[in-house]
Amino acid sequence: MHGIAYRLQNIDRRWLYLIVFAAVVIPFLTSLKLPVGLHSPSTTDIYDAIEKLPPDSVVQLAFDYSPASMPELEPMAKAVARHAFQRGHRVMAMTLNTQGALMIRRVMDEVAAEMNKEYGKDYVDAGFKTGGVAVMLGMGKDIIGVFNDTDARGNRLSTMPVMKGVADYSDIGLMVDFSANAITNAWIAYAHEQYGLRVAAGVTAVMATDLYPFWKSGQLVGLINGLKGAAEYEDLVGAPGLGILGMSSQSITHMLIILFVIIGNAGYFLTRRRSQSAD
Amino acid sequence: MIVQFFVPHAVGTQGYLLLLDWAQIVGAFALVLGIGSLFRTHWDKIRRRRRGYGYSTVTLASFALMVWAGIFYGSGQGPLAKRLLTVESGRLFEWLFNNIDVPLDATMFALLAFFIASAAYRTFRARNVEATLLLITAIIVMLGRVPLGEMIYDKMPAVYEWIMQYPAVAGKRGILFGVALGSIATSLRIILGIERSHLGG
Repeated sequence: MHGIAYRLQNIDRRWLYLIVFAAVVIPFLTSLKLPVGLHSPSTTDIYDAIEKLPPDSVVQLAFDYSPASMPELEPMAKAVARHAFQRGHRVMAMTLNTQGALMIRRVMDEVAAEMNKEYGKDYVDAGFKTGGVAVMLGMGKDIIGVFNDTDARGNRLSTMPVMKGVADYSDIGLMVDFSANAITNAWIAYAHEQYGLRVAAGVTAVMATDLYPFWKSGQLVGLINGLKGAAEYEDLVGAPGLGILGMSSQSITHMLIILFVIIGNAGYFLTRRRSQSAD
Repeated sequence: MIVQFFVPHAVGTQGYLLLLDWAQIVGAFALVLGIGSLFRTHWDKIRRRRRGYGYSTVTLASFALMVWAGIFYGSGQGPLAKRLLTVESGRLFEWLFNNIDVPLDATMFALLAFFIASAAYRTFRARNVEATLLLITAIIVMLGRVPLGEMIYDKMPAVYEWIMQYPAVAGKRGILFGVALGSIATSLRIILGIERSHLGG
């Protein structure tokens, strides 16, 4: 009995890693797509907000993330960009993260090409701007000025049809910030609180708990929570992608972790019972 | 800056904007200092052949490669300022980013899945009531976040949402209040000269 209890609590971690690896990879290789299920209210709030915007509104997408969090955030960024284009809105992409500049290109160029959207007319890549809070506050007064009237490709922003009538935050219908850090809090504190910009967020699952209070208080229009939120948004816009595919991996991995915890606890209780009966 | 937030008078606002400009200038110099520090630290390690100096060589070589690719193969045209600010699709800089930086960075983050699985197995034990509550909550949250949880019990996502929106928010708000009060107290201690540890005192 002691042998089993000991073994249950001391499985070689390499076996655990191997099993987790298989659980992550196999759904991708087999293109296993489990149903997404119920949509979270925080996700549908963003969807509804974009649905309710008048046609030809400007949706600002802030790609404040780096490749580390790309697997979780890129699917939701693509889904939101796709939704904005579906509804005939213009998209202004920008980033306050040095590595975000190329994240914009990965998302916007692909989605725009799929949906036959034209650069400069339907969307623009304003690129990276250093300064953080200073940029957020500056955009409240003069968006084009903050970017020195230049997009990420060296073109003049003021001459682009996509920027027509866009002077400050009052001309932005909705801003969605994709991030894996506390920069979303700054967007809320400075862009929303000082200038009234409607802010929504798409964040990694570990960040979501930090932001739920802002969604509950109405300071965030909505919140896309991790890969689950990304899968829900893909489902809402009817374009299954890596979010839904990734959820299959995540489903199986979560079940595995629960199984590991149960095995570990079984071993723990067997050991405890044995030591109690020995006493 | 705090006063300006609560009293939006023109004088305060102008001072605030001036400070924001300063912040950008200081940030630019901080970048130069950061690059200098990076070079000094790693070059010193390489020169003295300290343990792990090979990694320092890779760091400096990678840094130099990305700067070179960014300046000369970012857009590859126009004046230096434009080349520094713009990146043209399909060129060397973007290729390096997509094929080296993206996989390496994503790999580091992906390792978390393995560590969490191993750590949960080794440390999540129902030793007492509190630990058992935590364990049950963690299992509900893990099940509620995936479609399989809903297949097991159709109310699982609703239970998960309730946990996230009420107990988690309540706990988080408590932490936020604590952090805010702690930040104010620490700031006051620094401003009043009571806290001097940052000066080496």
